[in-house]
Amino acid sequence: MAGGLIGLIVPALLILGGKHFGISSNLRHICAACFPANISFFKYEWKKEAWNLFFIAGIFIGALIAAQLLANPDPVKVNPALVAELHSYHVDTYTSQLPPEIFSFHGLFTLRGFILLVVGGFFVGFGTRYAGGCTSGHSIMGLSNLQWPSLVATICFMAGGFIMANIFLPYIMRL
Amino acid sequence: MNEVKTNKPAIMRSNTDFEVGSLEANEELEPSTGKWYSNVKYAVVGMLFGIVFVKAEVLSWFRIQEMFRLQSFHMYGVIGTAVVVAAISVWLIKKFKIKTIDGRPIEFHPKKFNKGQVYGGLLFGFGWAMTGACPGPLFAQIGMGATVVVVTLLSAIAGTWVYGYFSDKLPK
Repeated sequence: MAGGLIGLIVPALLILGGKHFGISSNLRHICAACFPANISFFKYEWKKEAWNLFFIAGIFIGALIAAQLLANPDPVKVNPALVAELHSYHVDTYTSQLPPEIFSFHGLFTLRGFILLVVGGFFVGFGTRYAGGCTSGHSIMGLSNLQWPSLVATICFMAGGFIMANIFLPYIMRL
Repeated sequence: MNEVKTNKPAIMRSNTDFEVGSLEANEELEPSTGKWYSNVKYAVVGMLFGIVFVKAEVLSWFRIQEMFRLQSFHMYGVIGTAVVVAAISVWLIKKFKIKTIDGRPIEFHPKKFNKGQVYGGLLFGFGWAMTGACPGPLFAQIGMGATVVVVTLLSAIAGTWVYGYFSDKLPK
């Protein structure tokens, strides 16, 4: 159901204006608009891509509406194995989709919170641009257009996620 | 159209970023591109997307952790269904040569392989498992009320800027 709706974004953007679904390029447009610093990678007419900035503004507003008006008051249901693992890291709050032990300003000023939020964010920005796309641009738009480089990228996204979650994250979470 | 190709600036010739439509050769843009009102429709689509992100828990750090530990089918179901629906839509658009609402042909651009898809892909995978967010849900997490994620977003913008700074020197 939800996946189907996300899939329909692709034809919606194509038919509304011939636009290709790809969210991470917005981070590049923000750099091009605010801090181009004479770097050739940021010297292009970002205003031609302003539609995508409107798109992410919409995502922000949509999430705001959903959280305010359509919120689910029940605790988040999580796999018991994950609950047990997170308990060993003193993460035990399931009132939100994001555990406040990490996703709060208090969490940010712990070593593990800083690594997850700041270093993690840096990897998202650097990695998506190096890869030329993210889950939307490669995994959904690229795969649906049968582009094999997007399959390579998607496999690497997943491999990176598995390596981080299973090998490095247990050490970071204990910091 | 050949003259357009030969006159392409360097940034277009060395383009490995296939998400920026206006950097593709021969891309015909909407006549109203740059006017704010032509972009409102994309904000409406984005809004629906934002609601789906929250209601389907796509922006949940817990769901992402479950995905990367094979503890839940949820995210595989969402992404898998999205790809199938999108692929059928793209196939239909190509088969019936469907045009945009203002009558322009819909173009698709082939993506070329480069090593960035491997190195960058792995790095993004690390970040995805750490933050529980790809770039779309990042904006939705902030909208949902997790204001601290603004810091993550600024860091992601910094990451993109640093990539841009070193992009000529990185293996591709």
